[in-house]
Amino acid sequence: MDILSLALPALADAWSLILQPTVLMYLLLGVTMGLAVGVFPGLGGIAGLSLVLPFMFGLEPSYGLALMIGMVAVVPTSDTFASVLMGIPGSSASQATVLDGFPMAKKGLAARALSAAFASSLFGGLVGAFFLTFFILVARPIVLEFKSPELLMVSAFGLSMVGILAGRVALKGMMAAGVGMLVATIGEGPFNGELRMASYDFPYLADGLKLVIVGLGIFAVPEIVALLRKDKAISERTSLGAGWLAGVRDWWANKWLSMRCALIGVIVGVIPGLGGSVVDWIAYGHTVQTNKDRSGFGKGDVRGVVGPESSNNAKEGGGLVPTLLFGIPGSGSMAIFIGALSLLGSGELEVGQVMLKNNLNYTYAIVWLLALANVMGTILCIALSGQIARITNIRFALIAPFIFMIISFAAFQSGQNLMDLAALFAIGFLGIMMRRFDWSRPAFLIGFVLANPVENYSNNANQIAGIRFRQGFEAGMDYIASPIVLTLLVITVVSVIVGLKQARNIRAEGEVASGGKRAPLLFLLTMIGFVSFALYDTATIPGYAFVDAVFPVTIASASLLCGLVLLAQMRLRPESDALFADRETGGEDADNCFALWPTLSWFAALLLATSLLGFILALCGFLLAFFRLRAGLAWARSLVLTGIGIAFMCFMARLLNRDFPPGLLQHYFDLPWPLT
Amino acid sequence: MKKLTHLVAGASVAFGLTVAASLPAAAVDFSGKTIEWTIPFSETGGSAKWANFFAPLLSENLPGKPTVVVKFMPGAGSTKGANWFQKQKHTDGTVMFGSSGSTQFPYLLGDPRVRYEYGDWNPVMASGTGGVAYLNAEDGAKFDGTANNLKGKTFVYGNQGATRLDLIPALAWKMLGMDVEHVMGVKGRGDGRKMFESGEATVDYQTSSAFLKNVTPLVEEGKAVPMMTWGALGANGDIVRDPTFPDIPTFKEVCDATDGCETSGPAWDAWKAFFIAGFPSQKIAFLPAGTPQDVMDAYTKAFAAIAARSDFAEISAKRLGKYPMYVGADSKSALAGAITVSDSAKDYVTGWLQAEFGVSLK
Repeated sequence: MDILSLALPALADAWSLILQPTVLMYLLLGVTMGLAVGVFPGLGGIAGLSLVLPFMFGLEPSYGLALMIGMVAVVPTSDTFASVLMGIPGSSASQATVLDGFPMAKKGLAARALSAAFASSLFGGLVGAFFLTFFILVARPIVLEFKSPELLMVSAFGLSMVGILAGRVALKGMMAAGVGMLVATIGEGPFNGELRMASYDFPYLADGLKLVIVGLGIFAVPEIVALLRKDKAISERTSLGAGWLAGVRDWWANKWLSMRCALIGVIVGVIPGLGGSVVDWIAYGHTVQTNKDRSGFGKGDVRGVVGPESSNNAKEGGGLVPTLLFGIPGSGSMAIFIGALSLLGSGELEVGQVMLKNNLNYTYAIVWLLALANVMGTILCIALSGQIARITNIRFALIAPFIFMIISFAAFQSGQNLMDLAALFAIGFLGIMMRRFDWSRPAFLIGFVLANPVENYSNNANQIAGIRFRQGFEAGMDYIASPIVLTLLVITVVSVIVGLKQARNIRAEGEVASGGKRAPLLFLLTMIGFVSFALYDTATIPGYAFVDAVFPVTIASASLLCGLVLLAQMRLRPESDALFADRETGGEDADNCFALWPTLSWFAALLLATSLLGFILALCGFLLAFFRLRAGLAWARSLVLTGIGIAFMCFMARLLNRDFPPGLLQHYFDLPWPLT
Repeated sequence: MKKLTHLVAGASVAFGLTVAASLPAAAVDFSGKTIEWTIPFSETGGSAKWANFFAPLLSENLPGKPTVVVKFMPGAGSTKGANWFQKQKHTDGTVMFGSSGSTQFPYLLGDPRVRYEYGDWNPVMASGTGGVAYLNAEDGAKFDGTANNLKGKTFVYGNQGATRLDLIPALAWKMLGMDVEHVMGVKGRGDGRKMFESGEATVDYQTSSAFLKNVTPLVEEGKAVPMMTWGALGANGDIVRDPTFPDIPTFKEVCDATDGCETSGPAWDAWKAFFIAGFPSQKIAFLPAGTPQDVMDAYTKAFAAIAARSDFAEISAKRLGKYPMYVGADSKSALAGAITVSDSAKDYVTGWLQAEFGVSLK
């Protein structure tokens, strides 16, 4: 029996890989970093992974895996602090936790909410890991049969979910995904090297936009800017209160709910691309629906904490399924994880079928690292809760510049290029606008991440199917309509139907008010403009390289269609319609104490100053001015904080042997490191 | 050409020693620096194995022991990476590039997407390799040292691009009278192998290092059957058995034994000319245009020191196969051999590409 002869030795092997002091140390390091990243709003798995990415080159594979898995696994544990204590989701996976967690904190039950959340997170994480173990055993022989059509179906399955992510207007979500895919096709075409939406006169774009920059720009930058505009102390000083044991008892009383939500988390995680941004909402919806007494929800019912928290850790286990088994990223952070794996050691690890076949021990090592990281994360969160809670009392204006600094550093890791910063700013601006007009950002990122596999596999599948059909109709049908493809097709259709039913529970971006036609219309027209340009640019690719044109032309045409339908709808519907969602017109964003443009111009100024003075000098000025003018600190404290920031940057850069992006000044004068 | 061809692994080691001894001590110091060696293919192909083999050795032997990392920039069958490298200027000697036969062929054929010029680059090390074509188990059972039993059956091959190194197997199979359908746009030979493993492709080829690492297990499991190697160049310019795979017949032998396949005439001459350009000095490490002599010397010395290791023949045979390695001035003449092909061979291949793949290079 395959299972006994292969899996058991691999499982034992996996333990011997993990249970080494150095590996456990790396795991602890990863967990600690993951906890830190999760606590700060705006930073999530993508930001964390992109920071450790440069350390992965040539690192012993088991160390690198421990570091990365440790980080990814615990972000959904520690992001609960921000959700419960501040009422701000610490990452996209804990949005639903806010609904009942924050009211509990206001009632002085913060400790109880947190411990219920940690217990649920731990349980969910372990369920996820066990599921993954089991799933790999069962799925391995089937997965090894996967060919291009099957892999294409898996990618398409992920894409089909964007309609559900889209929230209130499905067409906007579809167009957002389309724009994400088109942004991913910028640069040299994969088959013939024909340039798409780029020019050799502007080499930056010819290389294409990097996932790290797009991920940080589309999610992190808009969150930071939004929080900065509120500028309240992130939480009014709340005491944690007592009730740690009560929280654990709450979880135990709802253990079956927790189990069901963990399973939901695993299943949603398995769907490529869907990931964290919806799983908590689906679990919350399930929690509310399955309870008779619903009066307490939204006012501090502990079940509203247990449900989402059980699901969001479990989804990491599920999310590793498409990543490890097919090499198709389950989410944005998993896409970075795949890239990082190839840097480890001498590049012997490849995700996908090859890993299942040749590196089953590493596959299981990843699973068990995930489980261990969850345990470590929970223990650390409980042990350090007092200290971590204190972080949330700091004004966001004092944290934001540091977070922005770290994101910028992560963004230019790949090229030490000023253009990386400019791209981050540009994509960040797009993200801010998408957030404002309620265009689904998760849909955009899914499009970006899945564009590559979809284009590749459809190209391969299409050519091979052509060859098979020339051999005979039956041979062709055997290839494209294999039992696995058909099964996946059924799963996709069922998921879309089930998903659409769930869609009303999902408020991935919160409630958004409507009002005023002009601004949303202008944004739609801009998007239509970009899509039309993409269509024109790729449709004019010369015939010998038509393979490079097929995918972008198809996607651009479909997106353009969505755009034109939206345009027609905008003409017909009143301005109170969800179509005209605009955060600036109502709801919490309207009460911001700072306007959008002044906040944004701070970052634009950093970009401009970097182009003139180089990054470090520009950062000095930016931090100092920000602390003094925007945060209103005294000179002494501003100087100290600036010093800390610069020292941290220099430390990181020294560690990595990196220079900072130079500006015009460095063009004329030779300056000593780190000013170079 | 002759000078190149009689060099084999053992001789190159001896040569490396003399180079190492004759060089002045370089003042170049890479302490604390990171050298980024860009490979224009994905992580899974032969070039990746080649660079990953040399990277740690290079790190030990360069002054200041810098970290040497291998970066991958796949796309357009290596044209993307090579076009990128063309734009790099010398800064501090930390940028290195590794080209392969797939980079050389489009350049030789005047592919319009090529925006790089080999003449601008500075070679510091070149090494040869071989290639092995292999069949799926079912058709492999029918293979008897000739392609006679393989005719009339349609094979599927994952092709990186008509003008890439893949034209060597494509032309060889064509000459053998095999009916091979090409799936174009595969991103590297590693991806081609994955297609073979999943059963979508039924015939494939890998360069030696990738064959040793990834296909040998398949052969042992009975899932793949080696068909032929491209061979190696003998002292008199003849094609002889590949020293890494002495038990596998060469394409020349298979062609000789197969009805209708000839080892003379324009097709054979063109195949051989491109084989010589593509394999015996296939993988070349370059520093960008404008690199000063002292940096070049530091690299030459480091590679010579690697070649001079007492265990070099042994460790390189295991991971790269038994092929020559050229350092310093010899890598320059290796490069000359790799980018020179007669006009008649070029014309034949251009015409065949147009007829078979509809690729117009004019």
